[in-house]
This record gives sequence, structure tokens and C-alpha cells, in this order.
Amino acid sequence: MTTATPQRPTLTSKASNYLDERTSISTMVSMLGRKIFPDHWSFMLGEVALYSFVVILLSGTFLTFFFEPSMAEVHYEGSYVPLKGIEMSAAYASALDISFDIRGGLLMRQIHHWAALLFVAAIGLHMLRVFFTGAFRKPRELNWVIGFILFILAMAEGFTGYSLPDDLLSGNGLAIINGMIKGIPIVGTWISYLLFGGHFPGHDIVPRLFVLHIMLLPAILIVMIGLHMVLMVVNKHTQFAGPGRTNDNVVGVPVMPMFAAKAGSFFFIVFGVIALISATFTINPIWNYGPYDPSPVSAGTQPDWYIGFADGALRLAPGLESEILGLTLSWNILLPMAVLGLFIVLVMFYPFIEAWITGDKREHHIAERPRNNPTRTAIGAAGVWFYAIMWAAASSDLIATHFHLNVFQVTWALQAMLVLGPFLVFWLTKRIAIGLQKKDREILLHGYESGNIRRLPGGAYIEVHEPVGEYESWRLKSFEAYEPVMVRPNEQGRITAGVRARAALTRWFFEDRIAPVTRGELEAAKHDDH
Amino acid sequence: MSADQSAHQESHEVVVHDRGAAIVQSDAFENPGLPPHRPRQTDLHPEKADRAERTVVWWFIASMLGAVIAIAAYIMVPIEQGDMASVRFNNLFLGLGIALSLLGIGLGGMHWARQLMSDHELVEERHLTRGSEPNRTRAVEIFKLGDEESGFSRRSLIRNTLIGAVALMPLPAVVLFRDLAPAGNAVDVLTHTMWKAGSRLALDPSGTPIKADDVTIGSAFHVIPAELAEMTHDEGYLDQKALASVLLVRLPLDRLNEQPDRAGWSYDGIVAYSKICTHVGCPVALYEQQTHHLLCPCHQSTFDVTNHAKVVFGPAKRPLPQLPITVDDEGYLVAQHDFTEPIGPSFFERLHYVDEEKHIPLSSAETETRA
Repeated sequence: MTTATPQRPTLTSKASNYLDERTSISTMVSMLGRKIFPDHWSFMLGEVALYSFVVILLSGTFLTFFFEPSMAEVHYEGSYVPLKGIEMSAAYASALDISFDIRGGLLMRQIHHWAALLFVAAIGLHMLRVFFTGAFRKPRELNWVIGFILFILAMAEGFTGYSLPDDLLSGNGLAIINGMIKGIPIVGTWISYLLFGGHFPGHDIVPRLFVLHIMLLPAILIVMIGLHMVLMVVNKHTQFAGPGRTNDNVVGVPVMPMFAAKAGSFFFIVFGVIALISATFTINPIWNYGPYDPSPVSAGTQPDWYIGFADGALRLAPGLESEILGLTLSWNILLPMAVLGLFIVLVMFYPFIEAWITGDKREHHIAERPRNNPTRTAIGAAGVWFYAIMWAAASSDLIATHFHLNVFQVTWALQAMLVLGPFLVFWLTKRIAIGLQKKDREILLHGYESGNIRRLPGGAYIEVHEPVGEYESWRLKSFEAYEPVMVRPNEQGRITAGVRARAALTRWFFEDRIAPVTRGELEAAKHDDH
Repeated sequence: MSADQSAHQESHEVVVHDRGAAIVQSDAFENPGLPPHRPRQTDLHPEKADRAERTVVWWFIASMLGAVIAIAAYIMVPIEQGDMASVRFNNLFLGLGIALSLLGIGLGGMHWARQLMSDHELVEERHLTRGSEPNRTRAVEIFKLGDEESGFSRRSLIRNTLIGAVALMPLPAVVLFRDLAPAGNAVDVLTHTMWKAGSRLALDPSGTPIKADDVTIGSAFHVIPAELAEMTHDEGYLDQKALASVLLVRLPLDRLNEQPDRAGWSYDGIVAYSKICTHVGCPVALYEQQTHHLLCPCHQSTFDVTNHAKVVFGPAKRPLPQLPITVDDEGYLVAQHDFTEPIGPSFFERLHYVDEEKHIPLSSAETETRA
């Protein structure tokens, strides 16, 4: 667009000029406008999380206009007949009004809730994608940590929001939290006392959670999302191995127009799908539960899905407490908290652990295929199993009633699967990954099965194997290979414990491995076939 | 293309990072480079491009229609007071309209991008994330200058007192949070319930007092102190209820297996236990008539009512506290006194708040027998 003929400046050009002379926006456009984004379906998961967060902000703002975060007593006089005249908190009454007396209120509540569920789910899947492709490796370790904090914040947002309507289920959830807090030694009773402003449930918890839910937590979330995005731009996105795609380039479409059009459209699709679900499927029908009362509870109560793993951990914990010197230690609460805490810390710091084991200080921009790092993939699968069993345990009673089993036996089975399962899953996943690598090797060296069966003059039948094309085969043969490191003395001639530990861990990581096919091997294989 | 790369014209240095356990692959294959671009049907056939354009336009028109439907639904499908069907229809049609207006933009835009916008893949070079060598040198220089010009290292007394001041500065904020709860001891709100000598056991939530004769064998009653029913929420109805809720059961005398010194706490086979679980405090509301087990629906702790509510399964450790009961002159069930130990979940200082005088501990065999 460098036409030299002088033209009357258009409105757009005048506006652009006005803006640029005051903001230097052209600098940013020239830097980012044609930035390249690689494309893969799995890169969309993070986008889903981002867009559902925007939907949550929009619908949440609408809800704050009508919601009354107060635990003052009111007698319900709204249009939901079964609860007419019942004493309840203003919070619950206003949540009912949003549902039944404000046009579109129920829709906004459901959009808010469905979007929140999708937000956490998308973050979880996005994290799994990043983990299993090794996209957390240098230089993206810090962004992994930021992302993980976002995951924790999302769950905190979910829990605080879930508690606001002050219905029977959410109050029950708060009772459980209160019980867990009381189990903390020394400070537990005081934290509970301060949090609830004296008695449980008291009159303070809903307005306090409201402030956290709509102000503090979203502010931190937005800052963290901003950082997450900035680092993504600085580091540039990872890409999968492919012809023309190397560790030193990014291949994809430019922001303007293709990526912007796709991402912008995708926002509307995510929003639209959430609206469609919210129009047709009820979520959290608080009017069925009634206002919070510490006495009744219904069978089969469950938290929202993303809190399930914590609830399941409580269910699977052994019933242990000890009384030492007149003081009570509630292991039935401390143990699951410690296990969850350790799990969280391990996931959060995994990039640093793996970086230390491999000792690989280079930058990695190629997303690995999970099979090409069998040990990491196996660790991830074992972690997923561990999480999934805790999560399933939050429904142990429903599993028992639906399948006509004994709930005690279901619990014991889940306990066994929680402790033993990860080892089995680790072993199995590693074998499967190595098996898939072997298959890739086989295809590269001897071609793929063409489905073409030939009869030889001697009467024997063979299936013709066709070689894989150069472009298609690159994906199969280009991956990083590692080997266990030797124990070597350092500069002072000593062998430290750290060196030994690292060597042992690299053995554990890379002892069983399949090396990428080399040119020599391919040549040799060709000769064998003929 | 040159414009795309002009922003990255800085000189980049060769930095060799340690490979660690990664091996150098000799004899590896060469990257074959980008495959030739494969044109789409819309690139090859103008009529197909035209059709794609029409599809996009139809989606955008559908979106406009969706917005109109949503507004129409808002007005024409109003909520009628007390009519649940109207709420459902309002939700449905408003939601469908909004969904259509959003999906129309999304699907139309996506079709436009995928079918009509240039899909040629471009290549951008990566550079090491670290700053360029001159920038790094300059950054170090700037910090050195800052240190020299401020005297941060040289005047160590200033530095150390500043660190001290900054460390202490946030402490008032910690203190400030004390008044989140009223003055007093945190444990006091946990250790006493409304039950006192002579409190009548009443039905939850009506507050009707219960006569011993009304309690038939095998039935379970959800019970509150009669005085509680008079309270309003603003007076702390829920707070007191969270402490005082009780489950009342009458057992056949031959099934009731009481410790002799606690025999005086029940009345004619009627026993009362705190309804708040000793695990994390859910109401233990499910009573199994055949086994006389109380089951907590939250985490499946199970208590055996025939044996002083001892734990038979689950993450709870302690039996449910027993409320000592008797009958008054008129035949109503009443409490003898408050619980003798704190109800609900265990907490650190719990044992200090067991009423030494009145509490009758259970023998260890009575506290749990796990399935």
C-alpha cells in the first residue's frame, strides 16, 4: 500500500493519524500486526479458557446489579410459590428473584455458572496439553507457574461464587470448609472464628466471600492472565514438529487478518455455545434446595465438579486422630490436605524438576508428541489417574447406589486404586508410549501397510509395504533423544550426592528409550527389504 | 515478508546452552522444508468462493435475526408472577435468540477466515528469549549506576534499616483483621449449645415438644431445643441450630447396648445424639432403620446408634456426642444438661473443653469398631 499518488485523506486515515500522533500505536501494530501464530486444534483449549472468562466477567457484572450479598433475614415474597413466606437470607431471596422475577436473570445465572464450569475444565485440559507436549520447558517454566496459579484462582473463584446464593447445598459446602479449617492445629479454631465473624454460619460470610469473588480474586486473575499473555507473546507459541517447522522458527498464520478473524470468531462461538447450553439446560437449581439450614441435608450431595477431587480426598482419608498432651490432631483432615498440597506443589514445580534431571539448558519450542517422552507421559498419566480417583471418590455414594454396590466396598476399592493405581498406570503408559515409538520406527524403516496383498509365484502371500513420503515422515523421525548421564566427578574431583541423584533420575527417565531413525538405518533397511 | 521481519533485525549472538542428557544425533535426517501450498476449493473455483461468501453473509444475517428474536422474546415472553412455565419459556427463547446472534457472528467469521482469507503459511524466525548482548550489558550498567548514585550498597545502614522498616510495615494489617470477629475466645462459640437442664426436645423446625410416648420404635426424629423455635434468623437462629441439632431414636431395649454408667443418659430406649458429624460437621441425617446406623451423606462416616454412636466406617474418628435426656412431669422429653463435650468436628483444643464433672467417657472399645 505505498501508492505515491496524493489522495484526499479518508476518515480512517485521519483518525489513525490522530491516534498515532498521541499514542504511537503504529509501533505496536507494526510489531504485532503480522505476528505469526501456529495452528493446531489443541492450541484452542487455552482460548476456550480465556473466552469463557470474558463471558464470566460480562454475565457476572449483570448479576451484581441484582444480587444482594447480605445474610439479613427476609421473608420470601417472590413468585416461586413453594418458598413463599419462608425465612431466608437476603442473598438467597435475591438469587431467587434473579431466577424468577427478572427477565433474563435465570439465563444470566446459568450462563455465569456454565461458563465457570467450562472455564475450569478448559484450564485443566489446556494444562494437560501443555504438560504432555512438554510445552512447559525452557523458556516457558514461569508461564507454567502463572498458569497453574490461574487454575488455583479459578477454583477459588468457583468456590466463593458457589457459596454466595446461600442455599442449602452451598451452606453445606461452607460447613465442610469450616470443619476442615478447625482441623488445622493451633490456628484452626481462630481462623474459623475470624472467617465467619464468630458463630458458624453467622451473618458475615456471604458479604465477605462476595468481596473476594467480585473484586480481589478477579483483579488478581486479570493481572495473571495479562502476564500469561505477555509471556506467550514474548516466548512465541510452541508448534508441533512438521516439515519446515524447526526449533528456530514459527510457521503459521499472521495475526492480521487470519488469526484475529479466527480467534475473534471463536470467542463468539464459545459465548454462543454457552448461551445455547444455558438456554436449554438447568444448572444449580437453587430453588430446589431451599435456604441454608444446618440441620437438613439430602443424600447424594456433591460439590461442583472441580472441587470434587478435594471432597474425594476427604472421603478416602482414614479415620485417624491423635490426642497428644491434651491436644487433638485430626489426621483425617490433615492427611488429605497434605496429600493435596504435595500434589499441587509437584505439579506446579514439575518443569523445574524435569529441567534439573535432564540438565538441558536449551530453549525448546517444538511441542513433543507424548509418545516421544515416555517417562514424562507416564508420570502425567499417573497424576491424572490419582486426580481422577479422588474426583470419582466424591461420588462414591452415587457410584454405590447406581451400580447397587456397597458404599463401604466402593470406598475401599477407591482407596486401593488411589494408592496402587498410579504405579500400574505409570508402567502401562510407558509401555504403550514405547510401543507407539516402535511402531513409528517400523513404519519409517519398512513402510506402512498398503492393504495391497500380493501372491508370490511360490504361492505365498505378502502385503506390500509402501514407504512414507518425505513430508509425512518428518513428524515421525524428528524428536529429541536423551540418554542417562554418567556419574562424573566435578571440578574438585568429588562426586556429590546431587550428581548421583541426577544420574539415577536420568536412568529412570531415559533407560528405556527408542532412538530416532537415522539415515544409515533407513539405507540398511532398504537393502534388507530387497 | 520483509516488513514482517524488519522488527527483528537486531544482531543476535551465538549462545550455546548445555544440552544436558540430550544427545547429538549424527546421521539425522534433514528437515525437508515447507511442503508446497495446497490451494482450497475456494481458491481454485471462483463460484465456490462466491458460495462461501453467501454462506458467511447468511450467518451474519442470522445473527441479526437472533438479536431481534432475543429482544422480541424479552418483551413478548414475559415472566408471569408465579408461573414457572413462563420463566422457562423466557429463559429458552431469550437464550436461543442470544445464542443465535452470537453463533451467527462466530460461525460466519470462522467460515470467512477458513474459506476466503489467505491461508498461506508464513515463517517467522525465533530468537533466544534473552535480551541482546548490548541490552544485557546496559541493564547491568544501569543497576550499577543506580547502586552507585544512590549509595545503596555503600551506605549499608540505610539499606538495612529500610529493609527492617519494610518488613515491619505490613504487620499492622495483620493486627487489623482481629475484629473480623467479636472480642472473646474463638473456642467459646463452639463449646456451648442452647441445651440446658429442662430444655424440651422439640421437632425441627416446627418447635412442637416431643412426648416420650410419641416416639415409636424405629422412628428417628430431627430435634431442636424448644426455645430455638422462638428465635429469628437475625437473633442467631441458624448459629444455634448448627450447634444444637440432635437426632432422636427409640431402639428396642434388647438392641440397645449401653455402657452401664451412661445408662442414665437415655430414657426407655430413647437416645439422643448430636446431629453434627465429628468429621467435618455435616448433618448426619440419614438413619438406616434395619441396622440402626446413622450415615453422613457428605463423606459416608457411619455411626452405630445401638452402641453410643460409635464409628463403624468412614473418615470420622469419634462417636457422636450424646445428649443426656429424661422426661419432665408432663411426659415431655427434656435434656438433663448441655452436651458434656464440644459437638461437631475435632479441633486442636477440644479436650480442654470437655466437661470434666459430667462427662462419662466411653471405653475405647466403644468408640469405634470398623467394618
